[in-house]
Amino acid sequence: MILAAFWFFATLMLLFGVSVLVLKNPVSCAMSLVMSFICLAGLFVTLDATFIGVIQVLVYAGAVMVLFLFIIMLLDLREEKSRRLNFGATLGGLLVVASFLSILTQVILTNPAFAIPTPTLEGPPVSDVKMIGMTLFHSFRLPFEIIGVLLLSATVGVIVLSRRTLR
Amino acid sequence: MPTLANYLIASGLLFATGLGIVMLRRSIIVIFMGLELMLNAANLSLVAFSRYGLVSGHQNYNAQILVFFIISVAAAEVAVGLAIIVSLYRARQTTHVEDLDTLKF
Repeated sequence: MILAAFWFFATLMLLFGVSVLVLKNPVSCAMSLVMSFICLAGLFVTLDATFIGVIQVLVYAGAVMVLFLFIIMLLDLREEKSRRLNFGATLGGLLVVASFLSILTQVILTNPAFAIPTPTLEGPPVSDVKMIGMTLFHSFRLPFEIIGVLLLSATVGVIVLSRRTLR
Repeated sequence: MPTLANYLIASGLLFATGLGIVMLRRSIIVIFMGLELMLNAANLSLVAFSRYGLVSGHQNYNAQILVFFIISVAAAEVAVGLAIIVSLYRARQTTHVEDLDTLKF
């Protein structure tokens, strides 16, 4: 059951990811990215991280992608004009991606520490949201407040950047 | 049940897709989408490690808190990045990276 869900969501996630790479229209790219994020949220649920899955759908597939679509439509971006592909840059990019993938699969598939099956959860079942809240507000109080400052400064930065004349 | 290696390979493939988008696409807004994919690949491997490395019978919730922080930093990053793209478009009327080569040496 979990295995079937894993293969379903992983395949769909990678297919939609590749379609971001190949589609020409920016709006289609954004919609594929939304579907890819939703499948990723499904993968989080198969890993028993329901809270993170819900946050993923709300923040990424909701807020962030609405912002992307808003900017695409505000700038009225059409399909990219097909320019002559820079052959050297394309070859270099493919080479970097292929070498990254080959090294990564080499490491993961040869190390027996990564071939472990899913361990079963022990003890009484606990609420995911409760445990995350306890951890966040007991062990991570200072980082939580720093994140608040970061979001405030990002808001101020966006307002300064989007003024008509930078002073 | 899927093994940890399955999840790590899926995460690596997602990261490679994001890297390919950053390397191969020429529209700055699609490059930004590739950055988001790479951040999410890191989140996937963190959540997988949290599930497979149990702490006293439960998932390691520290990893999930780290994912929570990564998501909030990414939200701030998207807001600032898109504001930069808008002011860039206002100055240059283009989002094609080959037209934006003022800093090129």
